Amino acid sequence: MSKENKYLTLSGLEPLVVTPESNFINIGERTNVTGSRKFLRLIKEEKYNEALDVARDQVEGGAQIIDVNMDEGMLDGKYAMVKFLNLIASEPDIARVPIMIDSSKWEIIEAGLQVVQGKCVVNSISLKEGEAEFIRQAKLVKRYGAAVIVMAFDEVGQADTYERRIEICERSYKILTDIVNFPPQDIIFDPNIFPVATGMDEHKLNALDFFNATKWIRENLPYANVSGGVSNVSFSFRGNTVVREAINSAFLYHAIQHGMNLGIVNPTLLEVYDEIPKDLLEHVEDVLFNKREDATERLLDFAETVKGQKKEDETKVLEWRNAPLQDRITHSLVKGIDAFIVEDVEEARQQASKPIEVIEDNLMAGMNVVGDLFGSGKMFLPQVVKSARVMKKAVAYLQPFIEAEKKAPKSPKGTLHWKTADPLNYSLLKAYAKEMRNKPTEAEALLWDVLNNKKVDGYKFRRQHIIGSYIADFVCLKTNLIIEIDGLIHQLPENKVSDQERKKWLENEGFRVIRFTNNQVLSNLDFVLNSIRENLAVPPLEVRRQGKILMATVKGDVHDIGKNIVSVVLGCNNYEIIDLGVMVPPEKIIETAKQENVDIIGLSGLITPSLDEMVYVSKAMEKEKLDIPLIIGGATTSKAHTSVKIAPNYNNTVVHINDASRAVTVVGNLLQQDNKVYKEQIREEYDKFREQFVSRGKRKEYLSIVDARKNKYQINWDETEIVKPNELGIQVIEDFDITKLESFIDWSPFFRSWDLHGKFPEILKDDIVGEQASELYKDAQDLLKRIFNETLLKAKAIFGLFPANSINDDDIEVSVSLSAVEDKDTLKFLTLRQQLKKREGVPNHALADFIAPKETGKQDYIGAFCVTTGFGTAELAKKFEENNDDYNSIMIKALADRLAEAFAEYLHKEVRTKHWGYATSENLSNEELIKEAYKGIRPAPGYPACPDHLEKKTIWDLLKVEETIGVKLTESLAMWPAASVSGYYFGNKEAKYFGLGKITKDQLEDYATRRQISIDDAEKWLSPNLAD
Amino acid sequence: MYNIVKEIQKRILVLDGAMGTMLQQYNFTEEDFRGERFKDYPLPLKGNNDLLSLTQPQAIAEIHQKYFEAGADIVETNTFSGTTIAMADYQMEDLVYELNYESAKIAKQVAEEFTELNPKKPRFVAGSIGPTNRTASMSPDVNRPEFRAVTFEDLRVAYKQQVEALLDGGVDVLLVETIFDTLNAKAALFAIEEVKEDRNISIPVMVSGTITDASGRTLSGQTVEAFLTSVSHIPLLTVGFNCALGAEQLKPYLQRLSNKTEFFTSAHPNAGLPNAFGEYDQSPKEMQSYIEDYLKDGLINIIGGCCGTNPEHINAIAEVAKNYKPRTISVTA
Repeated sequence: MSKENKYLTLSGLEPLVVTPESNFINIGERTNVTGSRKFLRLIKEEKYNEALDVARDQVEGGAQIIDVNMDEGMLDGKYAMVKFLNLIASEPDIARVPIMIDSSKWEIIEAGLQVVQGKCVVNSISLKEGEAEFIRQAKLVKRYGAAVIVMAFDEVGQADTYERRIEICERSYKILTDIVNFPPQDIIFDPNIFPVATGMDEHKLNALDFFNATKWIRENLPYANVSGGVSNVSFSFRGNTVVREAINSAFLYHAIQHGMNLGIVNPTLLEVYDEIPKDLLEHVEDVLFNKREDATERLLDFAETVKGQKKEDETKVLEWRNAPLQDRITHSLVKGIDAFIVEDVEEARQQASKPIEVIEDNLMAGMNVVGDLFGSGKMFLPQVVKSARVMKKAVAYLQPFIEAEKKAPKSPKGTLHWKTADPLNYSLLKAYAKEMRNKPTEAEALLWDVLNNKKVDGYKFRRQHIIGSYIADFVCLKTNLIIEIDGLIHQLPENKVSDQERKKWLENEGFRVIRFTNNQVLSNLDFVLNSIRENLAVPPLEVRRQGKILMATVKGDVHDIGKNIVSVVLGCNNYEIIDLGVMVPPEKIIETAKQENVDIIGLSGLITPSLDEMVYVSKAMEKEKLDIPLIIGGATTSKAHTSVKIAPNYNNTVVHINDASRAVTVVGNLLQQDNKVYKEQIREEYDKFREQFVSRGKRKEYLSIVDARKNKYQINWDETEIVKPNELGIQVIEDFDITKLESFIDWSPFFRSWDLHGKFPEILKDDIVGEQASELYKDAQDLLKRIFNETLLKAKAIFGLFPANSINDDDIEVSVSLSAVEDKDTLKFLTLRQQLKKREGVPNHALADFIAPKETGKQDYIGAFCVTTGFGTAELAKKFEENNDDYNSIMIKALADRLAEAFAEYLHKEVRTKHWGYATSENLSNEELIKEAYKGIRPAPGYPACPDHLEKKTIWDLLKVEETIGVKLTESLAMWPAASVSGYYFGNKEAKYFGLGKITKDQLEDYATRRQISIDDAEKWLSPNLAD
Repeated sequence: MYNIVKEIQKRILVLDGAMGTMLQQYNFTEEDFRGERFKDYPLPLKGNNDLLSLTQPQAIAEIHQKYFEAGADIVETNTFSGTTIAMADYQMEDLVYELNYESAKIAKQVAEEFTELNPKKPRFVAGSIGPTNRTASMSPDVNRPEFRAVTFEDLRVAYKQQVEALLDGGVDVLLVETIFDTLNAKAALFAIEEVKEDRNISIPVMVSGTITDASGRTLSGQTVEAFLTSVSHIPLLTVGFNCALGAEQLKPYLQRLSNKTEFFTSAHPNAGLPNAFGEYDQSPKEMQSYIEDYLKDGLINIIGGCCGTNPEHINAIAEVAKNYKPRTISVTA
């Protein structure tokens, strides 16, 4: 007996309480061999794993109980039942729901009851075999701790009239409660759902009798429940799906109205009740309620026409356009189709009493479906971003209407006025407010002068208005906008609460607060008025937002594809996103977080110096006493870095997220009411991770830099071939024909940036993401075509080939006589050397090893380059954003990135085969190119072989990159535009890529001296590579 | 005849602490375990604590005495492993009836002596029914998830035998405890119902589950509420939790349980969490303060200790339990 003892309570791994509020409990029916041919086949062929998938799909599809039935002549039902239930027990995602053990054979039911730990439902027992057997089985059901379905069946037969139904149910109920002591709430009656419109007179009352019997049971047999198999009702219309679905839905609707609270429903055979065409519904309900003699004939006739209509429909693709309005809107959102959204939204607007309702009701309903599908893994990221595009387009269309609505305010007189005050404090506040009204400050008086009498765009303002326990300086109740002039006491002295708290309270009540200083009002009234006008124009998006999230790419970094995707996805899930864009300084992040009262801060970055910047931001947040969770994301970020370097700095939760789909879960968990446990779990997890990480780090052994240099990679310089470049010096490529790059694109990373994982082109045929990948690929191709045809992006490159030799083991001295460098003869590239202790015979690499040392007397060569395809990207992305098209805004950036990589690949090939010419006979396929099957390498500073970003400065000096092609370096040495690649060329056939790994203090000091910077500076730039 | 159902409505009842922890102090050798009767037994017997009821009955009685002296109202019989399934390890299936019967008698005799000394504080014996060493709803073989090392029927038969012997030995209440697999417990409850029906008696039943870790679930994966739902089909004296967690960690689950059930509640947590050496080192004072938190919040009707607790812990708990009223069952829909 639990406290919910009056409600049917069941359990799997989790409880299910059937309360009046649960409306209707949906029982999954597909794990039933009598109802599903597929399931029968799987069980017969002993394909239990696939059979489990059927169960899992049902639970994921929303079944709250699953019915399992193994009654088939050719099956050993007991064996199959026990085996399948045992297997379910080992699948927590299935076993979380209660099981309904369904059999006409008692021995199968009992075998099932003996293997399930939760509280099941037995389906079913009845008086068919007489009272004694009924009592025996009921007692056992109770002893096994299960609830029971009782069929309306007795010694005479199955109940098929109203009277027989209530007679049998009442008798069963009395026996169960009086003799067996069965808890009444554990009894579920099945009063038999029979087909309607069979053409036989005795079936005319089949539905009506069921409804009435259900009602009687719920009114006369206390706490008992009613269930039934719904699809049976429309049995005579097999083959005519439209009519079948309509009958099922109408029947279900009325059965629930009459008190049926559980049922077996096939969701694919169900139309939404409100969306059944009115004429069809009328015919169906005539039959269900036996309203007229000829109801069946009329429905049969009508059914023929409906059937015909469907067949005639040739453009099946657009069939959904005939669906009801909400369905079409939801369809557009779910499928990401923007072609019809404006038309549909307009229709919805005309039906709505206020334009804002279209957003709140129609669009949010659709987005909720999107959110659910995404959350349950049935939609993929690109689809969600497309949905967001449709949503934005719809909102943009509605915006002018929403504003127009506000500009013609209806008189709020006497309505809202008294509603805002806290009745308890009212008289006190009133006196206080009156006093304040009578002695306004100079600034207040001035502002009131321009605000009163609806002078500002017809909006009525009130002054010193009481809201709750607060007094607002000025408020426009129509728009819920509050204006505060700073420098006054705004509340009763004894009620003094901080500004922040008050703001929060007011915002919770739906008010927006803007504040000005006395000075602003007195000296810059124009600014103040403009700002008020702007704020009046902002639609009071009364859509309940689940939380505010600040997103920013940190200072010095320009990469934002991932951040934008996360923003869009969170936006779709009804979070308000404040996106500060790229290169955001910490002060701005913190200031905005405070001002906007955000609930979570998300930091993103791609280049390694951003890791440090994030550490800095986290410390600053702690210093400023922020107390909101911090989320870290971006390509170079990691759980390791987050747990070791960031989490310890900050008191609130710090979480690392590596993909957008996880963002929703994490944010949801962080913002739930009771998040203490979750936050503690995260903290614990990260603490543990850190400990493990740190202790693992300690076990590694490093060589001193001196010893590492002794173990350098040895090229036999006497024998190796050194090719003198055909064209020494610098060359610039402007206005490059970008279409040449198409075949050089490596698509796999493109899909990765959209959270679709797999190798291209196999990914297009992938079982899970293939369909989405193909669609995304098609959209990318479309945009690529536009880029090519309309030359939307500009590709430029600069590269140079120079004489060079390695010196002092790790440096590369480049002769600059053929470059634009004027004030010196040489520049030095500084390379870093691996220090991790290697196996015998494995060298400690540095890039300098691939260039002939000066002391060999051999002249060697090196190249440097920078390519970009980024010019035009930002403008295009902005344009897309202005058109509310986040999808293409992200797409253009992702494509520009791919094109830049392709350009680097293309240029490298040109250099190898022509300009340097050491591989004139090279003939490689694109795949081989992507696999880098060629001679020579083009490592890029900031990547594993040379993580030192400062090297970019040297390349910029050497080539005069910025002056010539305009690619800039940010303070963190990210390239702008973002879609750019820079690096060196090494031509030796033994040159290869490697990862530097960690270096130790001695190399750091040595490096600082070579770079002529302080050790602190060096540490800052190399910190991700420093061993602990 | 003193009645635990009446007593539990008057005050918070104190259950005893660990049996195993106390037995360790005796440092019994293999010979001590064997005693005279099993000196030629072919298998090693050291570690078969239940057997000590036959070979070292005075030690068992002494431990019961110490707990009663410390203030316990209820002691548990030394029968945690007293089923044919658990005794199979020692091939002592045939001794199961005797072990349970004798254990119950030892405890009952001590209890009666204490009740006689102070009739205002009647003492009771709970027949301890452990989970056995096999699970009915999980497979021990990861490659065969459908396999079960024990069936409901095996468990029902074994539990029935244990229950009958405990009742014959005179226990006042049956305690199905340390439930890590609800299906095992359901088999025990099934057996108890059968015995009740066969003998036409009613006997109070306590059920105590085990939340294995911070996931807040039983080993077999059920949440607190699902567990409660699965065992609430027969009338229980109490439902509660024991073992695995310390009093501090157990509290949120106890809170949830207390909110949801109309049965009385019980808890016998461990003396904290084991330290790095697997020992329990929470002091009686510390444990007392955590338990006092239960009492302040009115979560509890029966309170005791599990692994790592000794008479000092129980004494500390009893001291503080005196000062509080038992949990009242209020029906809030």
